[in-house]
Amino acid sequence: MRTRPAARAGQYAALLAYLIFLAFPFLWLLSTAFKPPRELGSLHPTWIPHRPTLANFRQAFDEQPLLHAALNSLLAALGAAVIAVLIATPMAYVMARHRTWPARAASGWVVVSQAFPFVLVIIPLFLVLKRLRLIDSLAGLTLVYVVWSLPFALWMLVGYVRAVPVELEEAAAVDGAGRLRTLVSVTAPLLAPGIAATALFAFVTAWNEFFFALVLLKSPGNQTLPVVLTHFIGAEGVADLGPLAAAAFLATLPSLVVFALLQRRITGGLIAGAVKS
Amino acid sequence: MTSPVTSPVEARRPPVRTGGRDHAVWFLVLPALIPILVLSVGPLLYGVLLSFTDAQSGRTAPTRWIGALNFRDLLHDTLFWESFRIGLVWAVGVTVPQFLLALGLALLLSQDLRLRWLARALAIVPWAMPEVVVGIMWRLVYNPDAGILNETLRDLGLGDGRDWLSGLATALPAVVVVGIWAGMPQTTVALLAGLQNTPRELHEAAAVDGAGAWRRFRAVTWPALRPVALSITALNLIWNFNSFALVYVLTSGGPGGKTRLPMLFAYEEAFRYGQFGYAAAMGCVMVAVVSVVLAVFLAGRLKGGQDA
Repeated sequence: MRTRPAARAGQYAALLAYLIFLAFPFLWLLSTAFKPPRELGSLHPTWIPHRPTLANFRQAFDEQPLLHAALNSLLAALGAAVIAVLIATPMAYVMARHRTWPARAASGWVVVSQAFPFVLVIIPLFLVLKRLRLIDSLAGLTLVYVVWSLPFALWMLVGYVRAVPVELEEAAAVDGAGRLRTLVSVTAPLLAPGIAATALFAFVTAWNEFFFALVLLKSPGNQTLPVVLTHFIGAEGVADLGPLAAAAFLATLPSLVVFALLQRRITGGLIAGAVKS
Repeated sequence: MTSPVTSPVEARRPPVRTGGRDHAVWFLVLPALIPILVLSVGPLLYGVLLSFTDAQSGRTAPTRWIGALNFRDLLHDTLFWESFRIGLVWAVGVTVPQFLLALGLALLLSQDLRLRWLARALAIVPWAMPEVVVGIMWRLVYNPDAGILNETLRDLGLGDGRDWLSGLATALPAVVVVGIWAGMPQTTVALLAGLQNTPRELHEAAAVDGAGAWRRFRAVTWPALRPVALSITALNLIWNFNSFALVYVLTSGGPGGKTRLPMLFAYEEAFRYGQFGYAAAMGCVMVAVVSVVLAVFLAGRLKGGQDA
């Protein structure tokens, strides 16, 4: 109401510019994925493929073990997400409710871990995992993903625990519920949506991760999707564009689905807690 | 260098109920604490120790202490300092425009515009994409023949375009643009959340008093937004300085090392040439820089928002 029409038009124009900037690379990826080789070789590429084709997708599966890699990614990401929330939820509870020194040290670690250059961690991690015989194994990678997703998981979960009123727990205690009973039947159900959101975030983090997978996995049978995607780009940087785009698009789908589920929480201030807490 | 951060300024509130029940607390904490110690804190300390040794991959002779030799070598390693400089240019070059762009977007998204839901949904798409895919996607955009960028330039009559990622002059700016694009959602979402803290009544009162948009932003919005803005900028600087996958996929550090970020440099040193000790020393230097940023950020937070 207060905004003048001219200003409003300017706002829409700016919003449109942002949307174009944010969306055009993805649209181009889609366009490339559905183009036949002849159009990809053309000197004047178009936005809409003249003869859209699925051949690139077929070729992508022929060229690289995409299904197997996707399965590896899925196992590592699911494992990491489940284990991370299982061990992070109790810890987050302590961090939110108690002011003991382990809780405070954990809060400190959450901050410091944001500043880790992975290079300082990856070399010793490589040596430690080698000693534990967990190098070049999905189990080892999953463990690394668990720890690597913990800071953010703790950050989110601490916020969710704080949102559960202590009075509820105290009321349960007054009614004679034991400590564990209170946690299981009062706190946990209230936390469930938060735990689910945290698990989804941990899943996407692990699904998208590249650096640890690149360093820790050697045999082709173990590699995850992001690592296999880089194999489409040859040694000289020459790539078969169509299959590359097709595979990249497919690899993004799971993350996009999860983010669609989380969209409300993300833009609704979920990160507010993460950044401010 | 972890000590200043691990002693946060809380503990003023009295403990809720710790008395006599500490073993229960340990039971809840240990499942997370053990992996953290073994796979995060331990390796970090181990990494610092490694930087004082001549550790190499696949060597049979025992690793020896060599004191600060790695750091002394590093001091004269012009390639590393060039990479370090590129890392700083990259981190600042990405973080600053990213902040300004994200601030604009967040302000727009907090307005009562039509299609806001669509814009909000689209604005987080880059966040959902694996970094490798972001890199691949922009390679397609920048592709000299089949890329849309050169085609658009040709259509607009702005010349024939060029090979952006292979040009000595254009490679770094080209990857910086990708970095800005990739980090937009996190920054926008954080700022959007911060904007929800701004007192609406104050805003309206200022408008009634005839304050223009800029005055209102300076006097009402910015003070409320400042703590979040500071946090996300510090985090962005750190994240960008430590980033790896994007540039690895886009250019692998080329051409001629023009986009070789410190992380790529250290990665090659460690896992291509097997110089674990030397690469660990590089990591230490990077931690030192990041700690300075973190210290400035914490100091700023303590001075600014009291609700931290």
